[in-house]
Amino acid sequence: MSAKTRPWLLLAPTLAFFFLFVFLPVGVALYQSFFSWDLLTPPRWVGIRNYTSLISTGALLSVLGRTLLFAILVVLGTTASGLGLALLLNREGRFFAFVRASIFSAYVVSWVAVSLLWLWILDPDRGLVAKLLSLIGITDVRLLSDPKSVVPTLAVVAVWKITGYAMVIFLAGLQTIPTSVLEAARLDGANAWSRFVHILWPMLKPTTSFVTTTSLILAFQAFDIIRIMTQGGPANASKLFVYAIYEAVFLNLRVGEASALTVVFFVVLLVLSLGQFHAWRAKA
Amino acid sequence: MALVWIFPYVWMTLTSLKPLPEILHRPTALLPSSPTVAAYREVWGSIDVGRYLVVTLAMALAIAALQIALALPAGYALAKLRFRGRGMALGLVIACLLIPTQMTFVPIFLMFAKLHLVNTFLSLVLPFGASALGTFMIRQALLSVPDEIVEAARLDGASELTIVYRVLAPIVRPTLVALFLVSFVFHYNDYFWPLVMTTDDSVRTLPLGIALLREQGTGVRWHVIMAANVLLSAPVLALFSITQRSLVRGIAGR
Repeated sequence: MSAKTRPWLLLAPTLAFFFLFVFLPVGVALYQSFFSWDLLTPPRWVGIRNYTSLISTGALLSVLGRTLLFAILVVLGTTASGLGLALLLNREGRFFAFVRASIFSAYVVSWVAVSLLWLWILDPDRGLVAKLLSLIGITDVRLLSDPKSVVPTLAVVAVWKITGYAMVIFLAGLQTIPTSVLEAARLDGANAWSRFVHILWPMLKPTTSFVTTTSLILAFQAFDIIRIMTQGGPANASKLFVYAIYEAVFLNLRVGEASALTVVFFVVLLVLSLGQFHAWRAKA
Repeated sequence: MALVWIFPYVWMTLTSLKPLPEILHRPTALLPSSPTVAAYREVWGSIDVGRYLVVTLAMALAIAALQIALALPAGYALAKLRFRGRGMALGLVIACLLIPTQMTFVPIFLMFAKLHLVNTFLSLVLPFGASALGTFMIRQALLSVPDEIVEAARLDGASELTIVYRVLAPIVRPTLVALFLVSFVFHYNDYFWPLVMTTDDSVRTLPLGIALLREQGTGVRWHVIMAANVLLSAPVLALFSITQRSLVRGIAGR
């Protein structure tokens, strides 16, 4: 290996994989988005009609709106519960270690297991939630088959799943705050709330923005939970972005429409990811 | 409050130990009145758990091993060698970090369909061969290794590959372990990719098989689904309890 080609030879396998499985596919998606193709007959050039019909039928806007609602709920829920639990459980001792590990383990387990578990807990006839609600006189609750409650319910399950992740990041953030600062504030007579507002919250800002952007992107990529718990239903009320792409290509055989959705998704994620990257740099 | 996280697992396990009549008549009774492992036997009888598990483990291991093998030399080039275009190469890696598979699955599926690779082991492994996160993590770890170590090895006549795999790899071992665990757990759990790359049972993975078990119209047989859930979760939970520190480290990206 000569000194000049050496680095490129070492990078070649990685870059080849990235070209084949990241950059080429993104290019192909962009290209396909200008065709109408049902996988059976040859593709037909339609220009930007895939995009215009997604807009004129309102399909794009409703998918985007639903995904955004889901994402906002997940981000708020995850950040709040992750931070709360981190503050609560940032203590020595085996008991707290066990509780932290239990909460984090939901993040380690498959989305499949979590989705099936919550499907059972939320089962309208035999589930725990229905039983608990009936104790306080609320009966016949169908959280997953009511278009109004389905997205918030899915968001709660997603928050349950990824809170452990947020908690771990916040715990790491808390480690970077010198105890002497908190100690000094305590001696000056600051109570827990003002210590949080004036010291912890400002010093945790980079951590918080990292958690919010990461959970935002996770929420935008949600698929498993939708596929298993609702299949986008009832009446498309939980059809989020990735599920819409999946449905367009694998159930409706509309490659062009799926590709156009992918391109829009790419743009949305790019904007979000740039935000994440900034947050990440700020943290590192 | 922590009970909100712990109790669902307990509930999952308790449900899996109940016989069908109890699910039908007293679904929310806390303890099974006559605990049985019948549900587990039924899971074993209705899907080929063993084969799904072998495919899943083989896939997750292959991906994790491939990612480390490729990310080491790439991370080394980005951290320790000076060359024109290094900034651009690093930029490409970071760009890949920002592009999830949910964005590439349609074209990759079409590509694999053309090459008759759908329903093959390769279609499950190849798209994840290079990991942007792994390359980046290894680069970061190598940045803190003194250059003198590389120079000394070079003076001893070591080739670049020897430097990467024999000299540097042991030094950044904690990072490699963390990367391996994160990758293994992620792909063991993955539902999305095996779902879109398989149309028949030839290389289906365990999460897929268990989700299908539910789709096959198990109706009220929740004890069976929960037993399948326990089977699916137990390996990762066991791995997590053994390797907690490394796994958390990897997931937190440190």
